[in-house]
Amino acid sequence: MNSFFFGIYPYIALSVMVIGSIARYERDPFTWKTSSSQLLRRRQLIIGSVLFHVGVLVIFFGHLVGLLTPIVVFDALGISHGAKQLLAVVAGGIAGIMALIGGAMLLHRRWVDPRIRKTSSLADIAILILLLAQLVLGLGTIFVSLQHLDGHEMTKFMAWAQMIFTFRAGAAEQIADVAPIFKLHIVLGLTIFLVFPFTRLVHIASGFFAPLRYLFLRSGYQLVRSRRRRPLEERRRSAEPRAAGARAATIPHGTAGGAVPSAAE
Amino acid sequence: MKVRAQIGKVLNLDKCIGCHTCSVTCKNVWTTRDGVEYAWFNNVETKPGTGYPTDWENQKRWNGGWVRTAGGKLQPRQGAKWRILANIFANPNMPEIDDYYEPFDFDYDHLKSAPDMQAFPTARPRSKITGERIEKIEKGPNWEEILGGEFAKRSQDYNFDKVQKDIYGEYENTFMMYLPRLCEHCLNPTCSASCPSGAIYKREEDGIVLIDQEKCRGWRMCISGCPYKKVYYNWDTGKSEKCTFCYPRIESGQPTVCSETCVGRIRYLGVILYDADRIAEAASADRETDLYGAQLDVFLDPNDPEVIAAARRDGIPEDWIEAAKVSPVWKMAMDWKVAFPLHPEYRTLPMVWYIPPLSPIQNAAQAGQIAMSDQMPDVRSLRIPVKYLANMLTAGDEEPIVHALERMSAMRLYMRALSVEGVRDEAIAARVGMSGRVIEDMYKIMAIADYEDRFAIPTAHREQHEEAAEIRGGCGFTDGNGCSTGETGRTSLFGGKKKKFALPQETF
Repeated sequence: MNSFFFGIYPYIALSVMVIGSIARYERDPFTWKTSSSQLLRRRQLIIGSVLFHVGVLVIFFGHLVGLLTPIVVFDALGISHGAKQLLAVVAGGIAGIMALIGGAMLLHRRWVDPRIRKTSSLADIAILILLLAQLVLGLGTIFVSLQHLDGHEMTKFMAWAQMIFTFRAGAAEQIADVAPIFKLHIVLGLTIFLVFPFTRLVHIASGFFAPLRYLFLRSGYQLVRSRRRRPLEERRRSAEPRAAGARAATIPHGTAGGAVPSAAE
Repeated sequence: MKVRAQIGKVLNLDKCIGCHTCSVTCKNVWTTRDGVEYAWFNNVETKPGTGYPTDWENQKRWNGGWVRTAGGKLQPRQGAKWRILANIFANPNMPEIDDYYEPFDFDYDHLKSAPDMQAFPTARPRSKITGERIEKIEKGPNWEEILGGEFAKRSQDYNFDKVQKDIYGEYENTFMMYLPRLCEHCLNPTCSASCPSGAIYKREEDGIVLIDQEKCRGWRMCISGCPYKKVYYNWDTGKSEKCTFCYPRIESGQPTVCSETCVGRIRYLGVILYDADRIAEAASADRETDLYGAQLDVFLDPNDPEVIAAARRDGIPEDWIEAAKVSPVWKMAMDWKVAFPLHPEYRTLPMVWYIPPLSPIQNAAQAGQIAMSDQMPDVRSLRIPVKYLANMLTAGDEEPIVHALERMSAMRLYMRALSVEGVRDEAIAARVGMSGRVIEDMYKIMAIADYEDRFAIPTAHREQHEEAAEIRGGCGFTDGNGCSTGETGRTSLFGGKKKKFALPQETF
């Protein structure tokens, strides 16, 4: 049981998440969306959504960095295991409470407001409940953690996660003897990964990539698409009148950039 | 110079009768679906009024359009890119559906299924979102129809800026006009600039601004970005939608549905050539009143040999250049200067332009005579205040509006002299800087408005876009999702609607 949930299930969950997401993005891009309900009801959304998202993002990156950074890095930096655990408990605790309050506001709104309730799918409600349960479990682990502040337990999870990600055998044994609440938290977390491609959670992926593209890959603000198969530069080049043996005139080029062709033969 | 072509549009408000045929035909073609019942890609507002959605023109409230920063650069009023991204979890500038109206239908079934009752059965409204009974309808897509509602509310109209509006609340001084609105297909659209996904784009060939439904993720920044509030969030599909300028029709040389069905023949479509390199400069003009003139400078004269050569070089098809020469939009915007952009101060360089309406002479009723200046009726004494029109069409600059109204009333005088007295009075034309021949052309296009004079739409050049052999056996026109049915809804593995088994089946 232990080796299934912590040795095999992670791979199932992550595989389904990755392959399922690719399949959905590829096959059904129209369904890939945030499913925002802000238009229908603004009340509670502004505060709830910001608290929830900021909290969850802090927690997500906290877990990512905390679990997957090799322990030697912390040792080299001189951060003791106890200090790291304290940091995780404090930062995670604050972010967790933010997310929990925000999430509760969102769930209340989704459950009680007839407009949102009627337009919610089962998955919309279920995933929110799942996330809230996960937050409660995560916050619950703090009380267990406070009983052993030396950071030793935490290193077990780091070893487990790193072994999973580096495909090493025996990962499950690393956390065989931790408190049940941790195990529940991990299984539920993996389940959230598992259902990721089938819910609105897919918008998380866009939430990471779209801003990067918007900020760094789009030079200006405007987008113009051309359906003409020949790009503007090429069209201009072929339209350029040229005398026999003479050099083609320099092609004026627009703000869109692109190489100015060198003199034609 | 980078020459691009756009199918521009002009609406002659002088002839709009407010029949809403445009809105209804548009709705029937494009938005009779779940999630966009509340959305009107085309709507007709009665002005003065706060419009649909309420107060849409007030950018202090909605932060749509662009602002010119102290450094002279443009950025969306809702914020630069990082600011837009910071609002991604909850957009503070976005209207709620109640700012449009809660879509409803009536309980028609009750009329025939009601039991024997003392009172006559009625069809009461139900929300299209929740299906629940609405006790009182508070708002609709045309709530201020023909000056409906009290003046105190309607006079919140943004165009009353710097107008002594109190007297227009009096019965004797009241005025009204219609304002049909659709997406402006701007040269500098804020919707596309605000989209973090890059789903909104302008088409190079015809200037139509579209939302890629497969790339839209529902971040909702376009809705607040657009100062005209003409991008709508489909609450069922979770995607934004907007006027498509009926591009499948335009591509085949047909007018948009709203233009085709316009009873008053007020809508004109024609090619405008413009210089894409000058857009940024024009949109960031220093003073707001300069923006109308700056946009005129972006347009390129299709009769100028230099422009024609540049257009050919940039791949504008020959028939598009020819169409630009006979474009009614060019004539009204550039030759006659009677058409104007809607709210140029938003700095989006809109491409749906409006001819301001003439109205009865205000003083005539009181004084028993018409106020004349230089033997012409004084357009400043028209019932609709010039300042009001200027606030709407030229960022408050009255001169161009007065000029246009004078030309239009000169046209009436000239044509009256011609048809009643049989006299071609060149003096009338000369007073507004025109010739009789031009006025007669103006009359033919603006007053008679034959179908072929209103629409000069060259067809799209598919041979430039696609290889006919490659699309053989393709899936034709679909609404997203490639060859899938385009159905959107609730339950499949990935949240889309389950495809029904299409063929009849029998079991034995």
